[in-house]
Amino acid sequence: MPDIEREQTIAEQAASPLEYPGLLPLIETLRQEHGDWVRDVVQAFGEITLIVPREQIVAVCQYMKTTAGLEFNLLADICGADRGPEEEPRFEVNYHLFSTTKYHRLRLKVLLNEDDPHVQTVTSVWRTANWHERETFDLLGVIFDDHPDLRRILLPDDWQGHALRKDFPLRGYEPYSLT
Amino acid sequence: MGLDNVLAEALPEVLTTKLDSLVNWARKSSLWPATFGLACCAIEMMNATSARNDLARFGSEVFRASPRQADVMIVSGRVSRKMAPVLRRIYDQMPEPKWVISMGACATSGGVFDNYAIVQGVDKVVPVDVYIPGCPPRPEMLIHAVMMLQDKVMKESLRDRHDVQREEAREAVPPGTLPASGVSATNEAAADHPAQTPISRPYTIPSRHERRKSH
Repeated sequence: MPDIEREQTIAEQAASPLEYPGLLPLIETLRQEHGDWVRDVVQAFGEITLIVPREQIVAVCQYMKTTAGLEFNLLADICGADRGPEEEPRFEVNYHLFSTTKYHRLRLKVLLNEDDPHVQTVTSVWRTANWHERETFDLLGVIFDDHPDLRRILLPDDWQGHALRKDFPLRGYEPYSLT
Repeated sequence: MGLDNVLAEALPEVLTTKLDSLVNWARKSSLWPATFGLACCAIEMMNATSARNDLARFGSEVFRASPRQADVMIVSGRVSRKMAPVLRRIYDQMPEPKWVISMGACATSGGVFDNYAIVQGVDKVVPVDVYIPGCPPRPEMLIHAVMMLQDKVMKESLRDRHDVQREEAREAVPPGTLPASGVSATNEAAADHPAQTPISRPYTIPSRHERRKSH
C-alpha cells in the first residue's frame, strides 16, 4: 500500500468513535476534583489515554480502582516503551486498565526522562503489577520505586543493559561463550 | 593371527578381539540420548523415534529423562543465552563417556537468529561431535548423524577418555578445546595479561540512534 494511502487509513482509524464514551464525564469530574492529576486526555483509535504526571500515578490508580462508576478492578497490562534516545521524554509507561463490572477500558500513560527514569510502583493498588513492573524494568530500565522485588524476570541475571532500549546493539555487547 | 587360529581350534566358543573394539561396539549400539528438546528441531527429533523412521534400529531410541542415564545430548534447536548455563549443567551431569549432536542450523551457528538473545552456536557452550545442517533437518539426517557418531565411537580408544570430574559451568573448559598441555588458550592469555579485564564493547557498528545522539 502506498504511504499516502496508508497515512489516510491511519488517520481515518484514529478518528473513529470512542468505544467507551461513558467514561468521558467521569474523567471530566476527575479533572475538576484534581486538576494536577491529569496532564492531558488523548482520544484516538476509539481509545482514551490519560497522560498522568509520575508523582500522581499511585493516587490516580487508587482513584480509578475505588471510585464508583470507574471501578477499574483489573490491571490488564503494564508495558514500557522507548521512543528513542533522541526523544525527550524518552520513556513511557502504559497502564492498561479494565473493569470487570463496568466492562470498559482505559489507558494511563506516564512519561519519563532518560536521566531519571523513576516512577512509583502500583503494587499497592493491584498486586499483579509486580511482575509487569519487573518486566518493564528488565527490558527498558525503568525503575519502580518501592517495588517489593525489583529483579530481572526475562533476561539472565548477569545481563548487561536493557535489551529493548533502542540504542541496545542488536547483536549484544560480547559474543557469548563459555569457552 | 596365530593366536587366533590356535584358540579357535582349541576353544571354538571363544572369540578374541581388542578390548577397545568390544567396549566401543557395546557403547555405540546403545547410544541413549537425553530428553532435551529446545525448539522446532525437537519435533523432528521426536519423529526420528517414531514408527516411520524408527531410530531404534540403531539403538538410540531410549530418550532418558535424567541426564545421569544418557550418553548423547541432542541439542535440537536454538540455545538462548538464558538456556546456555542450563544446557551446560545438563551436559556436566551426564556421565562419561558422552557425546553431543548439534542438530540444525540454530544449534550449529545461531541460524537466522543473529541477535543478542541467542548463542551463536552451541559449541560455545559444550563440545560438539556431530553437526547436522538443515532448518529443521529431516529425521533421516538425525539418524545419519547418529550413525556418524557410531562410526566415531568405534574409532575411539579407552585411553582417550578423560573420566575425571570437572567443575561445572563457567570455569570449566570443555574437552575438545583443550590443548595437549591441559591449559586452555584463554587461561594462558589471562596469565600473560593479568591487568587486562574484559571490557564491554559493542559487537556491531553503532545503531542509528547512537550515531544521531553523538552528533
